[in-house]
Amino acid sequence: MTDGAGIASESGGGVAAADGPEPAVRVVDLTKEFPGGVRALGGVTFDVPKGELVSIIGPSGCGKTTTLKIIAGLIEATSGRVEVDGAPVTTPGPDRAFVFQDFALMPWATVLRNAAFGLELRGVPRREREDAARAYVDKVGLSGFEDAYPHQLSGGMRQRVGLARALAVDADILLMDEPFASVDEQIRRKFQEDLLELLSGEGKTVIFVTHSIEEAVYVSDQIVILTRGPSRVSNVIRPGVDRSGGSDGIRRSQAYLDWVEQIWHELQGYLDQ
Amino acid sequence: MELRGHRVPMAFSLLVWFALWEVVGRLELVSLLPPFTEVLAAFPEVVSSSTFAEAAWITLQAFLIGMALSLVIGIGVGILMGASRAIGSLMGMWVNIFESSPLTAVVPALMALLGFGLPTMIVTVFLFSVWVIALDTQVGVERVSSSLLEMGRSFGASKRVLYSQIVLRAALPELLAGIRLGLIRGLKGVVIGQLLIAVLGVGYLFELYSRNFLMPQFWALLIILFAFAFIASETVAHFERKVSFYASSR
Repeated sequence: MTDGAGIASESGGGVAAADGPEPAVRVVDLTKEFPGGVRALGGVTFDVPKGELVSIIGPSGCGKTTTLKIIAGLIEATSGRVEVDGAPVTTPGPDRAFVFQDFALMPWATVLRNAAFGLELRGVPRREREDAARAYVDKVGLSGFEDAYPHQLSGGMRQRVGLARALAVDADILLMDEPFASVDEQIRRKFQEDLLELLSGEGKTVIFVTHSIEEAVYVSDQIVILTRGPSRVSNVIRPGVDRSGGSDGIRRSQAYLDWVEQIWHELQGYLDQ
Repeated sequence: MELRGHRVPMAFSLLVWFALWEVVGRLELVSLLPPFTEVLAAFPEVVSSSTFAEAAWITLQAFLIGMALSLVIGIGVGILMGASRAIGSLMGMWVNIFESSPLTAVVPALMALLGFGLPTMIVTVFLFSVWVIALDTQVGVERVSSSLLEMGRSFGASKRVLYSQIVLRAALPELLAGIRLGLIRGLKGVVIGQLLIAVLGVGYLFELYSRNFLMPQFWALLIILFAFAFIASETVAHFERKVSFYASSR
């Protein structure tokens, strides 16, 4: 796996966000108050550099998913703004594609139709969208299952369909809401590796919500740590783990283990609250 | 059904009951119950009579028009009730009251209002069937998973597309259950309405047969109605079974 080369060059794993070209997504001072006065977000700010995978991690109930859904335009922020390529967004758009924690597949539709559904909603002709979907179904490793229905697939396979659907619309930004949370552990590891491989060379910007520290350190170029109640950014980390040694190399590397340990210590402080 | 480990077809159970009926009928215990073979013999007579054709036609008309109204309005109202909590609680109480109220009592008032013809029967069918359709549609719409809705929105579905392609489709298991129950109630409605009106349709025929003690004909007509109701509800149930696999996995 060579997609880590770009990160490895930014050695040091500093705490500050990267400065460089215009970020793909800029989240500025987001707040969210739910009806009933529950304050979920208390001013969340971070940048997502173009072409990088940024994960959002934090204790459960810290507003990770809320933040992601505001970026997706699925929920409205109470204040603050989200900019995509410099332009503020408040609604869903073709520049962003979402991968859901519970897969959100239509149980009455085949794998192929589910994977093509994003394109179907955009009015792409049947032939064209099915060709595109078939290519991605193949890429995520589900060729042969095009005509299967979601209930005939395992959780991991269903999420692969969700991923194929998000990739098929060819959005620049992929928003993934705990995509592997409902998938069992062995499959999750394989899936993480496959995800990195799939994304390499696609040039996509990915925002990835997870509650797994290992997962965050393994897949991310940058990790945004959120605190709870109401949520703020407590730290931004660039692990810069050397990915040249393959997946086993990464999981055994000192940098990987150190970062997992450090983030664990940082999150521990919030668990007691 | 199983008997000593052997599968016994459903038809067998019918045969047993018909045999029992025949025996009881032949004992002449109750004048209301002629032997089953006599009922069978009355079928051709009932079906071929011109009054039957007329009655069946007007009954079918009332049933179909009333059901069409029920489907359109019941599903529409059900969607609104499921989609908006405000409308749901505003109308929910009323729909529930009407669903559980003895609407037969309203039919005489309808007669006074709409006369002794088709309109009264149509409204009766509608009033009997619309509530359960609305309630089941509401439940179906409420059970559509929020992430399926978010999925549609995130990929740019308009409200119309969201409802026609995702919500209605995902609500289909409950929707079909509502339609099946609605069909049965609508059929009850049309018969009860006609019995009360007593000058029209199968209601008139029932009146005619029972007043003249034509019990074989009476039972033959009843069996025809039973069969119709059974076929109608089984047809919907067939589609229900087709979608039931995803009722648990939305």
